[in-house]
Amino acid sequence: MAVVFKKTNMLTDTPFHYCPGCTHGIAHRLVAECLEELGVEGNVIGIAPVGCAVFAYNYFNCDMQQAAHGRAPSLATGIKRTNPDKVVFAYQGDGDLASIGTAEIIHAAARGENVTVIFINNAIYGMTGGQMAPTTLVGQKSTTSQSGRQVAINGNPIRVCEMLATLDGPSYIARCSLSDTANVNKAKRAIKKAFENQLAGKGFSMVELLSSCPTNWGMTPTQAVDFVKEEMTKVFPLGVFKDIDKE
Amino acid sequence: MKILMKGNEAVAEAAVRGGCRAFFGYPITPQNEIPEYLSRRLPEVGGCFIQAESEVSAINMVYGAAGAGARAMTSSSSPGISLKQEGISYICGAELPCVIVNMVRGGPGLGGIQPAQSDYFQTVKGGGHGDYHMLVYAPSSVQEAVNIMYDAFDKADEYRMPVMMLGDGMIGQIMEAVELPPMKDPSTFPKKEWATDGTGIGKNRRIINSLYIEPDVLEEVNHRLFKRYDMLKEKEVMCEKYLCDDAEIVIVAYGTVARISKSAVNDLRAKGIKVGLIRPITLYPYPEKIINDVAKQDCVRKFVTIELSMGQMIEDVRLAVNGLKPVEFYGRTGGNVMTPDDIVNYVLAKEEK
Repeated sequence: MAVVFKKTNMLTDTPFHYCPGCTHGIAHRLVAECLEELGVEGNVIGIAPVGCAVFAYNYFNCDMQQAAHGRAPSLATGIKRTNPDKVVFAYQGDGDLASIGTAEIIHAAARGENVTVIFINNAIYGMTGGQMAPTTLVGQKSTTSQSGRQVAINGNPIRVCEMLATLDGPSYIARCSLSDTANVNKAKRAIKKAFENQLAGKGFSMVELLSSCPTNWGMTPTQAVDFVKEEMTKVFPLGVFKDIDKE
Repeated sequence: MKILMKGNEAVAEAAVRGGCRAFFGYPITPQNEIPEYLSRRLPEVGGCFIQAESEVSAINMVYGAAGAGARAMTSSSSPGISLKQEGISYICGAELPCVIVNMVRGGPGLGGIQPAQSDYFQTVKGGGHGDYHMLVYAPSSVQEAVNIMYDAFDKADEYRMPVMMLGDGMIGQIMEAVELPPMKDPSTFPKKEWATDGTGIGKNRRIINSLYIEPDVLEEVNHRLFKRYDMLKEKEVMCEKYLCDDAEIVIVAYGTVARISKSAVNDLRAKGIKVGLIRPITLYPYPEKIINDVAKQDCVRKFVTIELSMGQMIEDVRLAVNGLKPVEFYGRTGGNVMTPDDIVNYVLAKEEK
């Protein structure tokens, strides 16, 4: 029988622990497929964050380090500077990257560290049970903004891509969505481009992936992807925010 | 050949000669000469230097580099070390070797920039969260700081834990004649099979991690760490005893204060008072048995712990003496440093009572 689809070698056989309808699994697969297609197996060091993806070290089939909350870009810096020939990537969520780790991500980008960051934005703290994230939309309910995020009390969501794109260090900054097949394919192209930039020594690259969290949003998986498409993309527009190849 | 060097610069050069090839730090007085020196020195030997955006980031760069196999270090001073405590706890949990220098200044808060020893608690009693220790050295001269730093990376690698050099501000700023040891050859360092050098795949994958969600597994990890600390207690205790054999009064002091105390011991002996000195060189593991043995000597009437703090190490002295003899305290804080005469006067005043 002809093989029409095979799981990438860059993922282990450990079953994902993610909830039904969560897009972490898709994001993991895209990253792993890109690494395999670029032929860098046995040449990669990944970094797992604190948050739902903390167990990423069990899933990616490469050497892995687990970082303190928000510090993945600092680990990536230490690893890459002492192993410049290796592919180094950090996988971070929105609480990790856009709240407790804002200093680390901004300065890793500003230094132009030649690493790749995969940024999962699902507008909520998943692992801890649905608290408000720095990217939670205005009006969106969470366990710490129970009548919906209010600007007067909770401030506004942070747009990380737009912010990092103002810096001179990054070579590639893009925001994609995992809400449907077409967007998943676009996301894969962006992730591949980010890793290609690292391999070419072009400097810091980051791909933000708008992701769904039906469990903590209190939605069905289909409602959740609709929320990504219809609500999240209004606040977090998709696109490429920086590409030094096009400047 | 001896050359005249400032403590911070001598420590930095000794680190390079001991195999350090990666430094990550953030400016803070009184240790700035360490990053300044290494920013020009490390590139000469193919090493990397980064001034991080914060102490928090710097210690996590050390985590990354150490986890990938490099001999990596950071240095800071008290408020900066407080910020590094999260990373230090993770480094201990993940069993990573590295070296951390703390040129201690006065606190709490922003405190001052003058010498102090008020970081004893945060250094030997944890500092960060969880059950862990570091191998902690407290040199009392620039030469001793050089010697300790030269072998610090070997010790860190051997035990897979951070080594901290606790200098009391003075050690960093003083200039002394030092003999620098020869450059160690990095190709002779033992290979780190556990390090994430990127070649791992399938069953050979390496994972640097401090998360153990299963209670039984975490408990086992903690026991493993503490077995290593027991080995430290067996093999790594360093301590200098000075004129203790016939001493009636025994001073316990470390770092610069031990040198000042030694002068005071000599002055007091000249006045006919039999005083001795115990100088712990490792603060963890602590020379508990050595102090206890001295406490058992019939001639010893009492101990005096002398520190640049309100009294921190005195708790370990009391634990070691274990009620056998009284333990007094004399200290200065705020960046003030006692003179030998201050110590002589303290001892004499107590004797007159």
